[in-house]
Amino acid sequence: MDGAELAGQILYTWLTLVLGLILLPSAFGVSLGISEIYMKILVKTLEWATLRIETGVAKQSVLKNSASVGIIQRDESPMEKGLSGLRGRDFELSDVFYFSKKGLEAIVEDEVTQRFSSEELVSWNLLTRTNVNFQYVSPRLTMVWVLGVIVRYCVLLPLRLKNFLSEVVHLTCCRICVRALSGTIHYHNRQYRPQKGGICVANHTSPIDVLILTTDGCYTMVGQVHGGLMGIIQRSMVKACPHIWFERSEMKDRHLVIRRLKEHIALKEELPILIFPEGTCINNTSVMMFKKGSFEIGGTIHPVAIKYNPRFGDAFWNSSKYNIVSYLLRVMTSWAIVCDVWYMPPMTREEGEDAVQFANRVKSAIAVQGGLTELPWDGGLKRAKVKDTFKEEQQKNYSKMIVGNGSLKSELD
Amino acid sequence: MGSRASTLLRDEELEEIKKETGFSHSQITRLYSRFTSLDKGENGTLSREDFQRIPELAINPLGDRIINAFFPEGEDQVNFRGFMRTLAHFRPIEDNEKSKDVNGPEPLNSRSNKLHFAFRLYDLDKDDKISRDELLQVLRMMVGVNISDEQLGSIADRTIQEADQDGDSAISFTEFVKMDNH
Repeated sequence: MDGAELAGQILYTWLTLVLGLILLPSAFGVSLGISEIYMKILVKTLEWATLRIETGVAKQSVLKNSASVGIIQRDESPMEKGLSGLRGRDFELSDVFYFSKKGLEAIVEDEVTQRFSSEELVSWNLLTRTNVNFQYVSPRLTMVWVLGVIVRYCVLLPLRLKNFLSEVVHLTCCRICVRALSGTIHYHNRQYRPQKGGICVANHTSPIDVLILTTDGCYTMVGQVHGGLMGIIQRSMVKACPHIWFERSEMKDRHLVIRRLKEHIALKEELPILIFPEGTCINNTSVMMFKKGSFEIGGTIHPVAIKYNPRFGDAFWNSSKYNIVSYLLRVMTSWAIVCDVWYMPPMTREEGEDAVQFANRVKSAIAVQGGLTELPWDGGLKRAKVKDTFKEEQQKNYSKMIVGNGSLKSELD
Repeated sequence: MGSRASTLLRDEELEEIKKETGFSHSQITRLYSRFTSLDKGENGTLSREDFQRIPELAINPLGDRIINAFFPEGEDQVNFRGFMRTLAHFRPIEDNEKSKDVNGPEPLNSRSNKLHFAFRLYDLDKDDKISRDELLQVLRMMVGVNISDEQLGSIADRTIQEADQDGDSAISFTEFVKMDNH
């Protein structure tokens, strides 16, 4: 009997705590400063843990300090230099070395496939799921980790579950969610917030991007219809503001999409449209090719850069590997979601610039602002194969080298 | 034995790979996580499709030949040991290895083994000679459609002429090595 009473007491106090410390302040938009204190403690703990690992590792063995970003040092020299020749030199048997070196470098590490899996951290953030390269170091560290597990699963998770459910019902509880995720979001340059009748364009890492942006303003969303839990969320959102949802097959009919978007913008009173031109979730270390469709509509583009801090939790959603529920579970058992949002001055298409160039210009601006690398590769490579035209380009370059400009077969095409 | 291969690398296996290939502990672990991330079927082996999913490799003109080098004769799957063995050919030579004793077994990443790897990219039928046809095939892969057959043929003929020393109109491994030294 004692046990049940005790459990009852704990539950009661816990509920009061939840109510008092989270729901009420959120409803009034007041911050109690607990999040900030929590963050400070978290940062200190993580720094301590990193130091322990580093000293432990130094004791164990003399490990070469492989570049924290890559496992190999790649030779980025262009084909001409790599083949150590001038234009018009002859073919040599050893030319295969260049191509095989490039090929093996790609096998060990390539720019593209690594964007579709979670970022590897230099220092461990005490979450097992990121613990690929770090081994057992010391008992104290393990204890801290165990404590961390207890805290995350028994304290943070139930708190967040409860808060998550209420968000689904009440759209205005966006703030609760952000607080529930221990989200610390820094908005920069709020004077550039997207205005009515414009198009907001941002880099995409996870569905939380939407949450983060809508906390700061209302948008009309354009996106693919999902099944399951995501679908429920989508449908409940439509009840509050008008959104435009598509089937993925419908998205292929670009004219239809563009027409609907144009109609929407023409009504200047409508909320700004939110679009993620990469088309899929990328792991937040880079910005991939922007699909030109959104840039053909016309109107003013308001770019937004979103960058998550990976030390506190990994926000990337690999939709081909995890479904939405397991993803949300992972997010809710992370330490926190910390991110920066930069609003940027609006851009419009210039004279003589086509949609692709405009898209690239916006992409560079976002990449520079967010500190992400820029890749020309298509985010669709997550699921589809690469086009043959790239290979043909390489072949053309090589042919030019060994024969010289004059005698190529069909140079004009 | 379950249907899902264990995703952890056992210590004994790690030690064996270390001895055989010369990679360090941390390098092997990182390459193992690379291996598992390429292994979409999660069955502990890589197929040719898994390699072709790497865009930078798929656009490499010699991509298919390089992928072939990983697979032993007639097989369609390569496990982690085989993966590491092939990669070991290209491990940079460390300073502390240069003064190893000459009587020990030749390390996988010796110059001779690297040349052997390149030679095998040409020599499809594995008869230890690069014939004119085999040379033409590789040339065609590297230039695509941009050079005519006659021109490519003359390039191939010229190359064989320069390299061939025993007059059999084919390039043997020793002749290949000599060409590389120029």
